[in-house]
Amino acid sequence: MKEVKKLKKIGLYIHIPFCYKKCSYCDFISFKYNDQNIDQYVKALLKEIELYSSRLKKYKVKTLFIGGGTPSALTIDKMDTIVNKLYKSLSIESGIEFSVESNPGTLTKEKLEGYLKIGVNRLSIGLQSFNDRILNSIGRIHSKEIFLRNYHTARDVGFDNINIDLMYGLPGQSLSDWKDTLEKVIELRPEHISAYALKIEEGTRFYDLYLQNKLHLADEEEEREMYHYTIETLNKQGIVQYEISNFAKEDYECEHNLIYWNNEEFLGLGLAAHSYLNFCRFANTNNFEEYINLLNNGKLPVSTKENKSREDEIFETMFLGLRLTKGVNVNKFKKRFRLNPLEIYKYKLDKMIKLGLITVDENSIRLTRYGMDVSNQVFLEFIPE
Amino acid sequence: MFMSNSRQNKIRNFCIIAHIDHGKSTLADRLIEKTGLLTDREMKEQILDSMDLERERGITIKLQATRLVYKVNGEEYILNLIDTPGHVDFNYEVSRSLAACEGAILVVDATQGVEAQTMANVYLAIEQDLEIVPVINKIDLPSARPEEIKKEIEDIIGIEADNAPLISAKEGINIEEVLKAVVKYIPHPQGDEEAPLKALIFDSFYDSYKGAVAYVRIKEGSVKVGDKIMMMSSGKTFDVNEVGIFVPGPVPVDELKAGDVGYITASIKDVKNCRVGDTITHANRPCDKPLPGYKKATPMVYCGIYPAEGEKFENIRDALEKLQLNDAALEFEPETSVALGFGFRCGFLGLLHMEIIQQRLDREFDLDIITTSPSVIYKVVKTNGEIEMIQNPTNLPPQSEIEYMEEPIVDARIMIPNDYVGNAMELCQERRGTLINMEYLDERRVSLHYELPLNEVIYDFFDALKSKTRGYGSLDYEFKEYRQSKLVKLDILLNKEVVDAFSLIVHESKAYSRGRAICEKLKEVIPRHMFAIPIQASIGNKVIARETISALRKDVLAKCYGGDISRKRKLLEKQKEGKKKMRQLGSVEVPQEAFLSVLKYDEK
Repeated sequence: MKEVKKLKKIGLYIHIPFCYKKCSYCDFISFKYNDQNIDQYVKALLKEIELYSSRLKKYKVKTLFIGGGTPSALTIDKMDTIVNKLYKSLSIESGIEFSVESNPGTLTKEKLEGYLKIGVNRLSIGLQSFNDRILNSIGRIHSKEIFLRNYHTARDVGFDNINIDLMYGLPGQSLSDWKDTLEKVIELRPEHISAYALKIEEGTRFYDLYLQNKLHLADEEEEREMYHYTIETLNKQGIVQYEISNFAKEDYECEHNLIYWNNEEFLGLGLAAHSYLNFCRFANTNNFEEYINLLNNGKLPVSTKENKSREDEIFETMFLGLRLTKGVNVNKFKKRFRLNPLEIYKYKLDKMIKLGLITVDENSIRLTRYGMDVSNQVFLEFIPE
Repeated sequence: MFMSNSRQNKIRNFCIIAHIDHGKSTLADRLIEKTGLLTDREMKEQILDSMDLERERGITIKLQATRLVYKVNGEEYILNLIDTPGHVDFNYEVSRSLAACEGAILVVDATQGVEAQTMANVYLAIEQDLEIVPVINKIDLPSARPEEIKKEIEDIIGIEADNAPLISAKEGINIEEVLKAVVKYIPHPQGDEEAPLKALIFDSFYDSYKGAVAYVRIKEGSVKVGDKIMMMSSGKTFDVNEVGIFVPGPVPVDELKAGDVGYITASIKDVKNCRVGDTITHANRPCDKPLPGYKKATPMVYCGIYPAEGEKFENIRDALEKLQLNDAALEFEPETSVALGFGFRCGFLGLLHMEIIQQRLDREFDLDIITTSPSVIYKVVKTNGEIEMIQNPTNLPPQSEIEYMEEPIVDARIMIPNDYVGNAMELCQERRGTLINMEYLDERRVSLHYELPLNEVIYDFFDALKSKTRGYGSLDYEFKEYRQSKLVKLDILLNKEVVDAFSLIVHESKAYSRGRAICEKLKEVIPRHMFAIPIQASIGNKVIARETISALRKDVLAKCYGGDISRKRKLLEKQKEGKKKMRQLGSVEVPQEAFLSVLKYDEK
């Protein structure tokens, strides 16, 4: 037992890069759902897990997160195979947070029951909007009715930790549309809500439309109003903001995502998955064939590697930690780096306090509300010279 | 008088005069090709335009010389082709190269005829007693009208054009005729080879191994390796360590004699000791007097050049010194700006000259610079009777000490097809021009003679003229006089603080529109900050225009893509790089672009 305690704890992420249909705003690598691809992919993924079993002897998994793409596009059998392999090959703590992302258009009662059976205890559902017109225009495959039916089914079969993903600033979305979506979501009392501002990414359908001037986007003023309204409303409802875009009832913060924001270690498996282990950030190839071939030849599909200096680690700890409403913990920072952030950043902090971007107290450095709106401007200040 | 010898009889020193785009560089290439100097592979598109910048802009800036060997009727002739720049800003450089020649080929476009620019250079050449050999180019074009053009040359310029070769440099038609005409019509050089050395520096460049390289035309005497030479303007002496010719790359020879064109190197380390226009002679047997002076180039436009963020002042000084070697018209001296720190006030022949120097600093020296608003020299008569010449608006005395001010006025000649007379006149009117006269050169072509304040010409006038005349308008100007004028100093305030680098002197009637235009432009290019930034234009304490850059509302990456921290970090780093390039003025970060945008007139 003593030995177990010495193990380093990490988050584990599994990427499932398949979708029935690509959403108009999405620039993730994903492939059209087809059985042959998926068989190949799952086989390779199992090999990848196998390859890590010997390499992760000194690690213990403390959160599991299966994301995508659309993980719920997989059959429950496939999901079961993957999870079985994980438990067989890696050391996974019992009772840990285990999330699966889902598209309401791909859920069924059987699948939901299956998830519970294989240990999933946190369900994330991509709703995005409660307006069918908007859902259709952003390329979602589901309606609000399908979402509602599946949400209730999930509750019925026993999910007691559900996240709902939402987006605001969508084309054709007014402030009152957004208020309406929020109101209806609040009625459902989910444990967790992620509300993301739409960002037009290159290589998406929206990007093309944007270039052709065919996207009717809310102006910045209105979009910020949506954001501020979200924070105020959800906080009032006890679904409290804990990160720039994330809200949760008490004790329902997503532990897996907190690993990223606390700049802790995690391993990502699957196509294009990212990892941070042992002061090194690395990522798998995003080329499907290459991923399959490398694993078929018994090789890790890692394509990029970046060793992190102490300076990098400090910067990343700052800018990731500042995303959280409780900010960067001064004591933890001191313990980790043997440096006092209030001293090393004194000049910068003073400047930013004056600009109303951050607040500082004895034990934390936090973004103000305005600081959250322009957080990049704050993060920039901490980039090592 | 010296008798020319048989060696000199076989030499021709000439240049090519042409309007921009009339095919000078192409013709030069053909002449080189025809004389078999280079293999095809070595033949770049346009050999004489060696600088990338020139090729990109399609104009020739720096002079160069090439030696062609032409055989005709069993005789071998040395033809030294000296290249000349073709823009209005470079009359001085043209005059340098002309002084090294006995004749000039005048290239006239068979479709467009004689242009204003051509005229200006032709007159310069005639002043220098050069023999003009007209050549009509682009006869391959369907719209070519060679007979009319011949008549035009005779009527407008007053030189015989009957025998002018009809050529197409592009297609290589009748190039041989040009070479024949050069040999036949251009006089060979004269000058006593035994007389004391008299060599004209018509160009120079800096070589990091050899020091300053002087491009010379030997007028009298001869020079060889080991000679002790003297620069006549300074009396400084140097030992010659190489003399040579251009074929077109430098090739060492034993000796250069009267009539030759070539180069001299003498370990001249200080670039100031090799000034274009100077006369080189022998230290122990000097000639009696230097060659008649070049037309002195006087800078007419001034601006500040400052190191951008992270750039070193010393690097800019070194680069300017090197540029000055090739460019006697470039002037600079150190100055300081509250906003920009240490930098230089630089004098240029015109706006294009200024732009070219800026770009050369960027491309050849890889320097990051900031340029302030260009200014002319104003004459300030103070209440106490003192007169000050002001190149930098910042140095303008307080209004209360100024009795009156004078600004430089230029004589401008604009040549345009008659369809655009209205547009051109409108532009000149807007720019406070006074029409002196208007002359129809023929049924289509009109020459407008205007008096224009130079400070109106330096703001984009040439570009505006081009755009209002679909590129047909040409401009030539020269300084006329200083004239009293109602001028005011326009200050620009960013976040309530005056930015001296943006200050400019303008005519009272233009202050409002310029002030407004600059405020609008700055609002466009300065990114939003985390606070609102007022931008104001003021005269004295009176604010005449105002814009506000509202505070930044949003700059956030909403999502952490599956732990892809690196992507996020890279985005931040890229953003920071962009910020680094900005100039901190008080609490405001200003992009380089802002300084440039103030330079443009931008009429609506």
